[in-house]
Amino acid sequence: MDWLYVLMPISGVTIFWPGLVILGIGVGIIGGFFGMGGAWMVTPGLNILGFPMAFAIGTDIAHMAGKSLISTMRHGRFGNVDYRLGVIMIIGTVFGFEIGAQMIMWLERIGKVDMIVRWMYVILLVLIAWMVFADVAKKRKMEKELKAKGQDVDKLATGIEWHKTFHKLKIPPMVHFKAAGFTCSAWLPIIISFVTGWLAGILGIGGGLIRMPALIYFIGCPTHIAVGTDLFEVMISGLYGAATYTYKGRTELLAAVIMLCGAAMGAQVGTVATKYIKGYGIRIAFGIAVVGCCISVIMKLIPKYVAGTQVVMDIASTTLILGLVAALSLYILVKMVQGAKQEVAAKKGRA
Amino acid sequence: MYKLWTKMTCLAAAAAVFLPKTVIAAGGEPASLLVIVADTRKLSGWEAWFANLYNESHIYFTIVTVVAIPIIGVILGVLADLVMNHIGIDLKSRELSEH
Repeated sequence: MDWLYVLMPISGVTIFWPGLVILGIGVGIIGGFFGMGGAWMVTPGLNILGFPMAFAIGTDIAHMAGKSLISTMRHGRFGNVDYRLGVIMIIGTVFGFEIGAQMIMWLERIGKVDMIVRWMYVILLVLIAWMVFADVAKKRKMEKELKAKGQDVDKLATGIEWHKTFHKLKIPPMVHFKAAGFTCSAWLPIIISFVTGWLAGILGIGGGLIRMPALIYFIGCPTHIAVGTDLFEVMISGLYGAATYTYKGRTELLAAVIMLCGAAMGAQVGTVATKYIKGYGIRIAFGIAVVGCCISVIMKLIPKYVAGTQVVMDIASTTLILGLVAALSLYILVKMVQGAKQEVAAKKGRA
Repeated sequence: MYKLWTKMTCLAAAAAVFLPKTVIAAGGEPASLLVIVADTRKLSGWEAWFANLYNESHIYFTIVTVVAIPIIGVILGVLADLVMNHIGIDLKSRELSEH
């Protein structure tokens, strides 16, 4: 069974390559569907496969850049990417991230940075999960009330509509975002991306997890546009991240390419699935992913307070993350296959 | 308006180039200053060339990696497109589902 293992030329470790392909497929599906890089899922997976930690992050970022490119190409053709919005947001993200990273260095000098960051992460994830599920509950309540009155439910309606208040701010320059379908002050996406970039810088994450809901609830993007535009940002930042980590000698290109082989198919499945799963389906699945991520972070915090639980919590947190990846990937794959079957059958019926 | 866009794009590009540690896409601590050398004794062919490139120049290694990733991404993406098209899925349009 030696053919199932491949020697990594840089790190010198032998890796079970089908594991890399499977991990690529899973993360490709989830990344293409939710519009995020998914480092929080990949790093534990690479570690389990035997990757040295020094190479896990760089390899993850390198594969993420390629995977996001594939997803962005596909989302772009569906009209899900607002390039103008994406470019404007890069400005805020860059400056926000830098200030966040500087603040982390300042916190490091004070001490206890790890605890502060982890608790901030937990609070943020709880807030995001609350926002998503409050939105879903509000939309369902609206639908129920309308049905009770015998009125038609507007399929374009949303639950939480904070963005409408923000759109009333007419601070020039006003910009029209064609793909997203709204006009607002250019300062709105700049400020929102600055804040999400700042949070990403502090938390040491890419930011897809924060940017996606911010695009929906604060900027007012439809879910599909939020996913596509977020991936466009992940693609650019991923390439930059890949360059910096590779320059530091922390990327295993061969592993990234093997993962990309799986991610290419996975990203297509995840992206095409957004055709068949409506906006609120994406939001609910995203909320579940956020809850899973939050629980895994809490599990990593427990050993700080309860001695002797380090090993158990490490295993439990990794199992949770990989289980979540498998379950969500399976759900998205099944929905995509069902939708594709219906579409192909309808096409044949028309022919 | 065009000038504003040009300025904003230039500003974003300059910031990405000049500001260190910005816009990295994923989590984790910054890479340590530990120097890692690839062991080329067991390698041959392109693997040996690649590992030697890593040992000799991280700049060239970075250029190869950063160029290879998008090219491989596009090739794999196009191949996956062909598979999806072959199945019969419409890859050019989707139904708008919310506002």
